[in-house]
Amino acid sequence: MNFIETEDVVKQFSGHLALNKVSIQVPKGQIFGLLGPNGAGKTTLIRIINRITAPDSGIVRFDGRLLQPGDIYRIGYMPEERGLYKKIKVGEQALYFAQLKGLSRAVARERLKYWFEKFGIGSWWNRKLEELSKGMQQKVQFIITVIHEPGLLIFDEPFSGFDPINADLLKKEILELKDTGKTVIFSTHNMSSVEEICDEIALINRSEVVLSGEVQEIRKRYKTNTFTLTIPTPENGFDVTSDKFKVLDEKDQSGTMKLHIRKVQEISNSDLLTELAKSYEILSFTEEFPSMNEIFINTVSGTNSTQV
Amino acid sequence: MSKIGIIIKSEYTRRVTKKSFIFLTILMPFLMVGMMFVPIWLSTIKSSEVRTVAIIDATRKYAPLFQNTENYRFINSDKSLDDYRNSTDKELFALLNITGDLLQNPNAATLYSQKQIPQDLNYLVNQTIGETLEEEKLATFNIPNIKEIIAESKINFSVQTIKWEEGGKEAASSTKVASIIGFALTIFIFVFIMIYGSMVMSSVLEEKTNRIVEIMISSVRPFDLMMGKIIGIALVGLTQLFLWGIMVTFLVMVGGIAFGGGIDSSALQQGMAMQNPGANMDFNQVQGVSEIFQILSSIDFVEIGVFFVIYFIGGYLLYASLFAAIGSAVNQQEDTQQFMAPISTFMMFAYMAGLASVNNPDGPLAFWCSLFPFTSPIVMMMRLPFDVPLWEKLLSAVLLYVTAIGIVWLSAKIYRVGILMYGKKPSFKEMIKWIRYK
Repeated sequence: MNFIETEDVVKQFSGHLALNKVSIQVPKGQIFGLLGPNGAGKTTLIRIINRITAPDSGIVRFDGRLLQPGDIYRIGYMPEERGLYKKIKVGEQALYFAQLKGLSRAVARERLKYWFEKFGIGSWWNRKLEELSKGMQQKVQFIITVIHEPGLLIFDEPFSGFDPINADLLKKEILELKDTGKTVIFSTHNMSSVEEICDEIALINRSEVVLSGEVQEIRKRYKTNTFTLTIPTPENGFDVTSDKFKVLDEKDQSGTMKLHIRKVQEISNSDLLTELAKSYEILSFTEEFPSMNEIFINTVSGTNSTQV
Repeated sequence: MSKIGIIIKSEYTRRVTKKSFIFLTILMPFLMVGMMFVPIWLSTIKSSEVRTVAIIDATRKYAPLFQNTENYRFINSDKSLDDYRNSTDKELFALLNITGDLLQNPNAATLYSQKQIPQDLNYLVNQTIGETLEEEKLATFNIPNIKEIIAESKINFSVQTIKWEEGGKEAASSTKVASIIGFALTIFIFVFIMIYGSMVMSSVLEEKTNRIVEIMISSVRPFDLMMGKIIGIALVGLTQLFLWGIMVTFLVMVGGIAFGGGIDSSALQQGMAMQNPGANMDFNQVQGVSEIFQILSSIDFVEIGVFFVIYFIGGYLLYASLFAAIGSAVNQQEDTQQFMAPISTFMMFAYMAGLASVNNPDGPLAFWCSLFPFTSPIVMMMRLPFDVPLWEKLLSAVLLYVTAIGIVWLSAKIYRVGILMYGKKPSFKEMIKWIRYK
């Protein structure tokens, strides 16, 4: 079942179409990646889901019915341009936001203490926000976003500004949120994080959804029938001529040879392997799926070049 | 606690716990009271230095008249003026050169000094010579007992101003004292509305530019957000006002006791006397001081205080919500100018009208401006010490509050849209469009 759905959402800014009939489906309890180059319309879509901006046309469904004003109480939103007071003590403003989100002061304090300890920023409770490093500010922002334990979490570019260690920490937290049954939407350019944690994605380019679906399914859809084959280096080199595949490249590494081959006939992988096994001892045989990064670049530059 | 309550509490505590707020709140009353008492205190300090004044008197008639005072020692000199002109003698402070009979030639006396001649020395010389000359002149008329006749015919006249209250009760009043209080109140309320109003604006702008509002909007209604801020900051202002009121009252009392207990203050009399050294004590002036105290006590400060708070709240509500709307509509501090201009124009006009009303506190300018809601909070302050009829005060207050509520409502509509609007600079036309949004 879909927790959030948009249907043909259109948003026009003065002289510029930000979203053109955008439809996405975010299944409940899954992590949904909203991908796209800068200025594609990701943030606009997120702002529409958060009811910060109203769409010109199209509808947003929340938990199976039309999105109501009250529904945003069940959304935790972390904007890309972080929203915190610079001059106010971290703990004080975290308590303030938590209380505004409906927690009692006592509960808020208890939960904040837990999160601050977990993220290792407990000693910064009485410091002004501006005294914290950018990464620490991000952690505070994350805590404030999840503190009231909403059913849907939306992170706009959560990894920007994080070093690899903290980015990893954040990934772990997002996966943990999923484990507790929350639905997560996040927008990103960071494709490796998409492969690691996303269940589904939608790729927005030039105001339109150009690709969407499950991550593994998409990678299979974009497969190029390429395989990596490792064999002990033959004495006369790799010398098989077949109309079933062709060799893309080969590399000799002290006794083992690594080859990239592409299947050119419609045969099963097993048949291909059998064919190869006739001539050589097989050390490994793996089908290569394209990375999300490649798919992203191909799709975006592909659509751009056709439109230009 | 309700959402708006949480916001009010946070906005309030955040500001009153600021060091700059505490500092200013404690310091200001001392400054204010200091400005009242320091001049009096200073005048009671005696200069310990005794300065020497040499007198070259060609007539030998005037020099003996000069008696040494606490500050000046007079010596007779036989040297010539030129001897002194080139002298490097630092001991000598001033030189009085009298070249002839002053009754026949009033310009025959000159006071020289290498420094600026102080007012009191000037006064002392004029008084000493003047009195003698007067007596000499009188003597030339050859009328017996002329001195007594003159003394008797001297009359001190100063018209008494009495205002008839309801039922014909008489009350001493002073336009001067009332004007001073009016001025003070006018300036005070103007500055207060300006400072706290723009505090609302910059705070709204901060929440907008830092995207704080985007994470708040999911849990708080925009109206609560705006009103919570406006009320929270108003409470900060009222707290400051309240503390200042208490502290100034206390300090004035302490100061009054320190200066000898107000009306019958000998220190004050002494202070006055010191300002006119050598002169006969001008009792009129001392009476003036006690009169001020009397008139001050005749002014109903409680009533003025109550109306000040009523008009401050109304005027603040009116202007602060406009400021909030502006803060929400623009994207950066620099863009506020365009929208601030009409508002500051209104406020400056009110300020000017208020100051101008002092000449005629019941005139048409004062009357209409103290009814018009955008000027009434400021102009009415000038009129308050002059006893405005109750119906005028009530009518103007009702008009002010009705308008303020209307403006709050309009501003809330602009705020709700503006706070989440980014990009281009909005125009007035656009903001009117926002008001119409459902």
